[in-house]
Amino acid sequence: MSMDAIRCPNGHVKYPTHPRCPECGEEPVETIDLSDRTGEVVTWTESTATPPGVREPNVLAFVEFEVDGTPVRALGQIADNADVETGDEVEPVYADELREPGVGLKPADADQEWDGYRFRLSQ
Amino acid sequence: MDREVAIIGGSMTKFGQRDAWIRELLSQAGEACLEDAGVEPDDVDHVYVSNMASGEFEGQGGIMNAVAHDLGLLPAYSQRIDQTSSSGGAGMYAAWQSIKSGASDMTLLVGGEKMTHKGTGDATDIIASITHPAEYKHGVTLPSFAGMTARHYLEKFDAPRESLAKVAVKNHENGTRNPKAQFQKEITEKKALESPIIADPLRLYDFCPITDGSAALMFCPVEVAEEYADDYAVVSGIGGATDTHVVHERDDPTTMGGVVDSGEEAYEMAGIGPDDIDVAELHDMFTILEFLQMEGLDFAETGEAWKHVEEGRTAIDGDRPINTSGGLKSKGHPLGASGVAQGYEIYEQLVGEAGERQVDAETGLACNVGGFGNCVITTIMEAR
Ligand SMILES: [Zn+2]
Repeated sequence: MSMDAIRCPNGHVKYPTHPRCPECGEEPVETIDLSDRTGEVVTWTESTATPPGVREPNVLAFVEFEVDGTPVRALGQIADNADVETGDEVEPVYADELREPGVGLKPADADQEWDGYRFRLSQ
Repeated sequence: MDREVAIIGGSMTKFGQRDAWIRELLSQAGEACLEDAGVEPDDVDHVYVSNMASGEFEGQGGIMNAVAHDLGLLPAYSQRIDQTSSSGGAGMYAAWQSIKSGASDMTLLVGGEKMTHKGTGDATDIIASITHPAEYKHGVTLPSFAGMTARHYLEKFDAPRESLAKVAVKNHENGTRNPKAQFQKEITEKKALESPIIADPLRLYDFCPITDGSAALMFCPVEVAEEYADDYAVVSGIGGATDTHVVHERDDPTTMGGVVDSGEEAYEMAGIGPDDIDVAELHDMFTILEFLQMEGLDFAETGEAWKHVEEGRTAIDGDRPINTSGGLKSKGHPLGASGVAQGYEIYEQLVGEAGERQVDAETGLACNVGGFGNCVITTIMEAR
C-alpha cells in the first residue's frame, strides 16, 4: 500500500491520482508516495453525525504535504480521533479498514478501496 | 436565433415532511405551474425534470417520462437533469438553452426530491456518494466539508463564530413569512450557538434539514410571454461551472471557484455587476456557504461577508436582502427542487407576488451549488 500522488511535466503535484493533471491536462510523468512524509493540518472537524459503517465520532483533517517545494493536500481521518489543532505536524499511518465495507450505499466490491492512511501526530 | 428568454409562471409545493412520493410531488408542482402560467399541456414543447437520486431514495427511475405522461404533455421532449444539489440550477440552464436555441417555444421545468422516508444516516450516505472514492472511504460527509471550511474561514479571517449563527437567525426569520417553508419558527442566536455539534465548529442550526418537495417554472421566448402575462421575468444572464471533484485539491478552501466562474459568466451575459443585484437567493445548505457565495459573487470583499450579516445588510430590510424565501436553511432542501425554488423566489420578487416577503427589486440573482461547490449555476433575472 502506498499513498500515491502524481506529478505532471509542468511540476503540478496532485493527490489522489488522475489520468490527466487536473490543473493543466498533461499526462502525469511520475508517481510520488506521500506515506513516508510528514504534513501539516490545514483545518479539521469532528463529525458527530456519520453515515452507516463509519466510526462515530469521526475526526477528519485536510493535511498539506510539500513535495520539492510544491504543496499537495490530502483528506484523511485522524488516528484514534486524537485532539488536533490547525498547524499540527502529522504523519500517515496505515489502516486496513477506514469504514466498514458494504454497509452504506456502495457494495463491498464497488470501485472503492476501504483501506488507506489515517494521520497521527508526529512523534 | 437571438431570443430573449422569459419566465411566465411558477409554483412550489409545501416543503417539509410529505406523504407524497416523487411522482406525485413533481406532478403537483407541474400542474400548479401550468395553471399559474395559463399554459395548456398541449403547448409544452420540452419538459425538464431536475432530480438527484429518485432511484437511490425510492427505487423509481424514468421520472421525466412520468411527469410528461401524468400532466398530459405528450409527445413533448422530456429529460431528467442530475447535477446533485444543483440539479435545479442545471434545469434552469437546460430550460434556458431550449428556448434560447429555438428548439422549444414553451418549456416546463420541474424539480423535486423525496428524502425524509430515509433516516439521516442513509440520506447522508446517498449524498456523500457524490464524493471521490478517496474521500468516501474516510467517511466524509458534506457537513464535514462544511465544518473544515468554516473553521478555516473563522481562523483565516478572524471572524466571530456568532456571525454564522446570525445567518441562521436571519433565514429562519424570513422563513416565518413563507407559508411553503419547512420551518415557520424564529430561532435565537443563543439557541443556534447551543444546539448540538454536528461537524465542529458547526452545530445543528448551521445545517439545512432533509426535505421533501417540488418546484416548477415555465419558460418561453419574450414574444410568446407577451401573450400570456403583463408582468414576467427574463433570464438576462446565466452561467454554469465545475470545480474539482476532490475538494481538498482546491487552492483555497474558502474560495468556491465554481461560484466565481459561473457568476462572472452570468454578470457578463447580463451586462451588469454585483451592485446591480437587488435581491439574491444563495445556496445556504450550510451557513458558511452564504459567506463563500457572497464573496465569490463580489457582494462582499474576501473575508468580509460576515460583516455584512452582522450589520444587517443582508436582512429583508437591508440594502441587499439575501434568502428572502428563508433559504435552504429554513425553507428546506429537497435536492433537485432547490435550484428551481430559488428561481421561483426571485421570479415572485420580480413580478411582485412575494407577499409578506416582498422587497423592492428589479434585478435578482440565484446561486445554486452542487456538492460542496463542485458544480454551480448562477442565474440573473430581470423584471419586465
Ligand atoms: Zn499539470
